[in-house]
Amino acid sequence: MKITPGGVVAAEWTKFSSLRSTWITTGISVLLLIVFGTIASASFSGDSLSAVDLALSGSTLAALAVGVLGALLAASEYTTGMIRATLAAVPRRLPVLWSKSLVAGLAALVVMTAGAFAAFALGSAVLNQDVGALGLGDDGVVRALVGAGLYLGLVAVLGVALGMLVRSSAGAIAILAGVLLIVPGLAALLPDAIADAITPYLPSNAGSAVMTLTQGEGTLAPWTGLAVFAGYVVVTLGVAAYRLKKSDA
Amino acid sequence: MIQVREVTKRYGAKTVVDHLSFTAKPGKVTGFLGPNGAGKSTTMRMIVGLDAPNSGDVLVNGKPYASSQAPLHEIGVLLEAKAGHPGRTAVSHLLALARTHGIPRSRVDEVLELAGLSAVAHKRVGAFSLGMGQRLGIAAALLGDPAVVMLDEPVNGLDPEGVLWVRNLLSGLAAEGRTVMLSSHLMSEVSLIAEHLIIVGRGKLLADTTVADLVTAEGVRVVTPAPDALRTLIGGPDVTVTSTGAEELFVTGRTTREIGLAAATRGIPLFELTSQNASLEEAFMDLTRDAVEYEAAR
Ligand SMILES: Nc1ncnc2c1ncn2[C@@H]1O[C@H](COP(=O)(O)OP(=O)(O)O)[C@@H](O)[C@H]1O
Ligand SMILES: [Mg+2]
Repeated sequence: MKITPGGVVAAEWTKFSSLRSTWITTGISVLLLIVFGTIASASFSGDSLSAVDLALSGSTLAALAVGVLGALLAASEYTTGMIRATLAAVPRRLPVLWSKSLVAGLAALVVMTAGAFAAFALGSAVLNQDVGALGLGDDGVVRALVGAGLYLGLVAVLGVALGMLVRSSAGAIAILAGVLLIVPGLAALLPDAIADAITPYLPSNAGSAVMTLTQGEGTLAPWTGLAVFAGYVVVTLGVAAYRLKKSDA
Repeated sequence: MIQVREVTKRYGAKTVVDHLSFTAKPGKVTGFLGPNGAGKSTTMRMIVGLDAPNSGDVLVNGKPYASSQAPLHEIGVLLEAKAGHPGRTAVSHLLALARTHGIPRSRVDEVLELAGLSAVAHKRVGAFSLGMGQRLGIAAALLGDPAVVMLDEPVNGLDPEGVLWVRNLLSGLAAEGRTVMLSSHLMSEVSLIAEHLIIVGRGKLLADTTVADLVTAEGVRVVTPAPDALRTLIGGPDVTVTSTGAEELFVTGRTTREIGLAAATRGIPLFELTSQNASLEEAFMDLTRDAVEYEAAR
C-alpha cells in the first residue's frame, strides 16, 4: 500500500464522477454547444461566417459551463471541508492539483470534442442554403473541431486552477466569467491602437483562434492562439500550486 | 508514535499553540484535553501537516508526515465531523480516499461494516446525522490500517451506544499496539478511555500526566465508635482531624494505611476507612481555570 500518481488520478476520477453536479454541468456544456451550433447553422444567412464557425457558435457559453465544472470540482473541496481529508491522504499536495486538472481537462476534452463534431454534423444537416456547405475533408475543418475540444478542455483546467486558488465557488466562477466574457468587452473601450495590439492576446480571443476557420485580421494563427491560451492556464496553475503548497489548508 | 516538539502556531498576532511539546506513545490511549479554544484542533492539524507551525516540528512514527510513502498507513485522522462533500455517498467518499493508496474496495466495505454504516453506505453524506458523520470520519481514519489513530472530539454528537462503541474501539486499537490519541474538552469523556493525559490551555501545556496521578488524595473519611481515642492516636504536626458527625472524622495528612494500622494496634474498631479523592473533573477545572477565565474575559 502506497501513494502512486495513478492512484491519486484514480481518486480524483472517483471524486469527479461520483457527484451529480458533474454530470449535470457536463451535460449542459455539451448541450449548449450542440443546440446553439444547430440553431445558428439553420438560421444564419450571409457569407461572413463559415459552416464550421456557425456549428461552433455555442462555444463561448460552453466554455463558461466547462469552466464552472472545473471551478466547482476544485472549490467544493474547500467549501465542504473535504480538502482536509484529501490532503491528509496526500500530504505532498501538488499531485492532487495535477490529478484534478488532468481528470477535469481530459473529461472536458473528450466530451466537448464529441460535442463539436456532433454540432457540425447536425449544423450541416440543417445548414441555411446561403452558407456554403463544408465536409470534414475540407481545409481546417477537423482542426477547428478538434481545436474546440482542446480549448474547452483547457478552460476546464483553468476552472480547476481558479477554484483551488480562490477556494470559493462564487469567487472562481466570477473570475472565470470576467476573464472569458467581460475582459474582451472592456478591451474594446481602450484607444484603438492599444486595443488592436492586445485584443488578439486576450485569453478567450487567443483560445478561440483555433476554432475559427478563416482567420480575420487581428486574430492569432490557430495553434499560436491555443498556445497563448495554454500559457495563461499554465501560469494560473502555477499560482494555484504555489498557494496550495505554501498556505494552511 | 506522535512527537510534538516545541511547536508554536500563530494566526496573525494571536498565539494559538505556544511552545507545546508532548509524545503520544504506542499501545496507549492518550487523551488530549483542554477547554474550547485551547488549540487542540490546531495542534492536530499540524500533526498531519495541514497547518504549518511557525516554529518547532512534529514527527509521526519518527518522521515528518509528508515524507511518508503511505501516509494513510502511518496515521488515520478524524478532524471534524461531516468533512466530506454532501453530494457524495459514504462509499464514494471512502473509495476516493482509498484509491490514493491503492487500498482495495473490500477494505472500504470492511470499515463501513466496522463503523456500523453498511446500511447507509449508498446514502449521500449530506443526509447523515452528526453521529453518522462521526462514524464515517472514524471509518475513514481506519482505512489504511494505520499505526496511529488520532481523533478530534470523536464522541461529539454520538448517542450513548456510539460513545461506548468508540471507547471499545479505541481501547482495542491501543491493545493491538497502536498509538491512539483523542481530544476532548470534557474530562468525563476522556478519563474512561485514556490513561495518558495531555492537558492544554491557551495553547500551553498544563499537564502531561496520567489519570491515576491527576486524582490527588484529599483526605480520609473514618467512621469509628471511638472517635476521640482515634483522634489522639493519629494526631501530629501536619495532621488535621475534623469531626464531621457523631462517629465520623475527616483526616488529612495520614493515609488510610497509617490510620488503619494505628487503630489496629489499640484495638479501635473502624466501620469505614475511605480516601476521598478530588474528582477528575475538579482536578481538570483547577488546572484549566486560568485558561478558561482568560478566554471568557476577552
Ligand atoms: N484558521 C484559523 N485562523 C485564525 N484563528 C484560528 C484558526 N483556527 C483556529 N483559530 C483560533 O485558534 C484558537 C484555537 O482553536 P482550536 O485549535 O480550534 O481550539 P480547540 O480545538 O482546542 O477548541 C481559537 O481561538 C480559534 O479561534
Ligand atoms: Mg477543536
